[in-house]
Amino acid sequence: MADTPSLRLRTERWLERRLPQIVVLPLFALSLFFVYGFIVWTAYISMTPSRIMPVYDFIGFSQYDRLWATPRWYVAIKNLFIFSSLFIAISMVIGILLAILLDQRVRAEGLIRTIYLYPMALSFIVTGTVWKWILNPGLGIERYMREMGFENFTFDWLVNSDYAIYTLVIAAVWQSSGYAMALFLAGLRSVDDEILKAAAVDGASPWKTYTSIVLPILRPVFLSTVIILAHLAIKSFDLVVALTGGGPGYATDMPATFMYAFAFQRSELGVAAASATMMLMTIIAIIVPYLYSELRKTGR
Amino acid sequence: MASGIRLSKLRKTFGSTEVIKGVDLTIEPGEFVVLVGPSGCGKSTLLNLIAGLETVTSGEVRIGEALVNDTPPRDRDIAMVFQSYALYPTKTVHENITFGMQTRRIPHEAQQAALKEFSKLLQIDHLLARKPGQLSGGQRQRVAMGRALVRKPEVFLFDEPLSNLDAKLRISMRTEIKKLHQRLGKTVVYVTHDQIEAMTLASRIAVMDNGHIRQFGPPGEIYEHPVDLFVAGFMGSPPMNMLPGRLRRRDGSLVFEPHGAEAELHFPLPSEISDRLDAREGAELVLGMRPEAIFAAGTELPGPNRFVFEKTVEVVEPTGPDTMIVFSIGETELIARVRPEDAREAGTRFRFEVDLSKAKIFDAKSGQSL
Amino acid sequence: MRQRSIGGIVRPKGWHNVLMRGSLFLVLGLFCLYYLFPLIVMASTSLKSLAEIREGTLLSLPRAITFEAWGKAWDSACVGVRCDGLKPFMWNSVAMAVPAVLLSTTLGAINGYALTKWRFPGADWIFAMILFGAFIPFQVILLPMARTLGQLGLAGTVTGLILVHTVYGLAFTTLFFRNFFVGVSDGILQAAKVDGAGFFRIFFQIVLPMSIPAIVVTVIWQFTQIWNDFLFGVAFTIGDSNPVTVALNNVVNTSTGVKEYNVDMAAAIIAALPTMLVYVVAGAWFVRGLSAGAVKG
Repeated sequence: MADTPSLRLRTERWLERRLPQIVVLPLFALSLFFVYGFIVWTAYISMTPSRIMPVYDFIGFSQYDRLWATPRWYVAIKNLFIFSSLFIAISMVIGILLAILLDQRVRAEGLIRTIYLYPMALSFIVTGTVWKWILNPGLGIERYMREMGFENFTFDWLVNSDYAIYTLVIAAVWQSSGYAMALFLAGLRSVDDEILKAAAVDGASPWKTYTSIVLPILRPVFLSTVIILAHLAIKSFDLVVALTGGGPGYATDMPATFMYAFAFQRSELGVAAASATMMLMTIIAIIVPYLYSELRKTGR
Repeated sequence: MASGIRLSKLRKTFGSTEVIKGVDLTIEPGEFVVLVGPSGCGKSTLLNLIAGLETVTSGEVRIGEALVNDTPPRDRDIAMVFQSYALYPTKTVHENITFGMQTRRIPHEAQQAALKEFSKLLQIDHLLARKPGQLSGGQRQRVAMGRALVRKPEVFLFDEPLSNLDAKLRISMRTEIKKLHQRLGKTVVYVTHDQIEAMTLASRIAVMDNGHIRQFGPPGEIYEHPVDLFVAGFMGSPPMNMLPGRLRRRDGSLVFEPHGAEAELHFPLPSEISDRLDAREGAELVLGMRPEAIFAAGTELPGPNRFVFEKTVEVVEPTGPDTMIVFSIGETELIARVRPEDAREAGTRFRFEVDLSKAKIFDAKSGQSL
Repeated sequence: MRQRSIGGIVRPKGWHNVLMRGSLFLVLGLFCLYYLFPLIVMASTSLKSLAEIREGTLLSLPRAITFEAWGKAWDSACVGVRCDGLKPFMWNSVAMAVPAVLLSTTLGAINGYALTKWRFPGADWIFAMILFGAFIPFQVILLPMARTLGQLGLAGTVTGLILVHTVYGLAFTTLFFRNFFVGVSDGILQAAKVDGAGFFRIFFQIVLPMSIPAIVVTVIWQFTQIWNDFLFGVAFTIGDSNPVTVALNNVVNTSTGVKEYNVDMAAAIIAALPTMLVYVVAGAWFVRGLSAGAVKG
């Protein structure tokens, strides 16, 4: 009897051993359905003639032809490119600068950090609302400068089709540069104190210590910060809606707002699905290699 | 010519805690001084004060003749080897070693010559193109040494440089550091918590505790004549046996009577000790005996001031060359170091012989050697 | 954030050093102004009357402080056709955020625990696949999700939003807990296993009490994300079930009648208040969440 455990006991043991899988399985299934299933679903819709309601007749890639024949899509792509490169570059510069400055034994560091970072706690809608007010030509900075005596001062970017995209950069940098600062500061603080002491004994000036020793060590932090900011940029939807509404006209459209407009306002589900698929491709091209290398590093 | 170091009335406080509590120390040019003590005793802080990696709260630090309290590390003519080696991870071995010369704008040819000389000396000349991440612990240690040596400073500072190596490598690097010192003749200040490292390397040892230097002297003196119970207990492994008891007069001569021991167990004191202690009869004292001063009866050549007694063996700990025997007198556990062939099993009676001419007497209250 | 022990390094003294210190604080101070400027403008505008806004400028401080705009933003501003302010929508956001945060955090904790501490074949793959969900542009799931919510009868409801936020928050919460559990020694778990504890007993009695920091970070992060969400709110709810971000946008972009900037600003502050409060109270945890979001182990 002792050698052959009862069926009940064996079932219990099997259950105990399989419990982790049994717990993870439904959650994994959820993810499979809501992420991967939906991606496939959207990709399929992009190959159907769906307009106001989804239909499931396969028509190949003709929605993509339509997408790439839409001038508005090109504006969105171009805007995304301008916006994300400026946004990433400026946020990185400000982030590194502030992180290095805050690393100089500043007594009020905690308070200053809190001030630099609080915009991250705000919704992009709030950010958009307040910057819309500040950048409003009739009431905001332009008016203020004119009242100060600069009669010819003009700052009408918000309503100027050529410059409206830069107002998005201004607001987004304001909101996210503190984030870049926090990531860099955490990186700076992770550098071993003894390395900095060694640099001091070696006679390196603070400037040389940062440029020649600390910043090269932070290379992985640069990479992850760029990835995070790029990811924010590609997904940016709320800020555009709140600040410019995509306007004037569709001068500040981005892929995210383009997709939304075509799906819910213009009833072109097929084109909308095609643009969403294009967005996904872009993200995959950036994120997957990064995740792969990160997981390989931390994984066992 | 190497520079000496002079610390006077040196104090360092962090916030409200005083870490260095008034240290005076004069290190002669070319000396190898080891700062040793338990963790938290302030030895690393003291080294950082000499290096200029911490600011002095009060007192003076002089290197050579110059007062360097406000001199940045780069202008102190020092080099330092760190516990974690602190190699620059993104630079090659070559760049790591020459970085300090680069920042001082030493001509390229001179840099190359120095690099060549010391990389050869340290046997790292085949590793110059590698990054620290590709080196073993021992190799990193050598590179850190190379980075310090190559600038030929007057003073070398070592902050527990061997504590991250495995035991075997530690011993061979120890020898190598000693050789380098003999060859270069520069002043060295070396911090460690390992008293064997201190004994083997130092020309003089400074034993630190709680922000003070307890004793400063050559290794032999520190070992043979510890000034107090702390130094006696810290130096030596296994540590000195500390037997508390009282001084009594028996048959006209002074004997040491351990607490809680049977009546016949009283250690006769050699005359050079008892002469000094005449007035202390009845006082609370501690008798200090190194484990090697207690051995199996009759196994050493007879000498003066021997005392033989019998006790039960409690634990036997072979170490190879010697065997440690643990036994008790009263409440106190003692260790005797005997030859392996003289050892007996636990539980058997054993005749111990103690050489009291090597014993020390301490005041139980103040801990001072008498 | 960790403080350094290199503060004591002796540095050269003199005018050069004083100058450097001076410019350091100048730059830091200017950036403080830059980040605070919109907040100040927002607050000061919300306290002005409409007439004062027309007369003064952006930077002029309110002469006569009035909370009228705040009152209006709270319970009588028009959001679309409905005119009872942000109040009902704030409750929508609370009703959405609280259950979604609790659900996604709990599920993420169990998931992260099972995937790191009970490693079974394929666990790494499953984790990588779940993690990917944190990075997809949500545009790619909008259409099928709208359809699915319709099928479930949850279209345009707060319950529907809870489902959406739980499902897509799971990737982040799993990531946070996984990163935390990777640092928890396996020895503790092995000891518990030897003592005969099973999967759930170890989780509830040993792992969960140790994970308070991870839980706090995750809850704060999820709350901020869900409260501030706009895309799901605007895509999956209509009118009465809108979360506050959508309502705020509607208030600001109402094209009918006179533009009431003071009400807009008051409304923006009200909508931002809960997350700002969390940030002020638990800023340090928030920062830890941000860095954890950087997929760092």
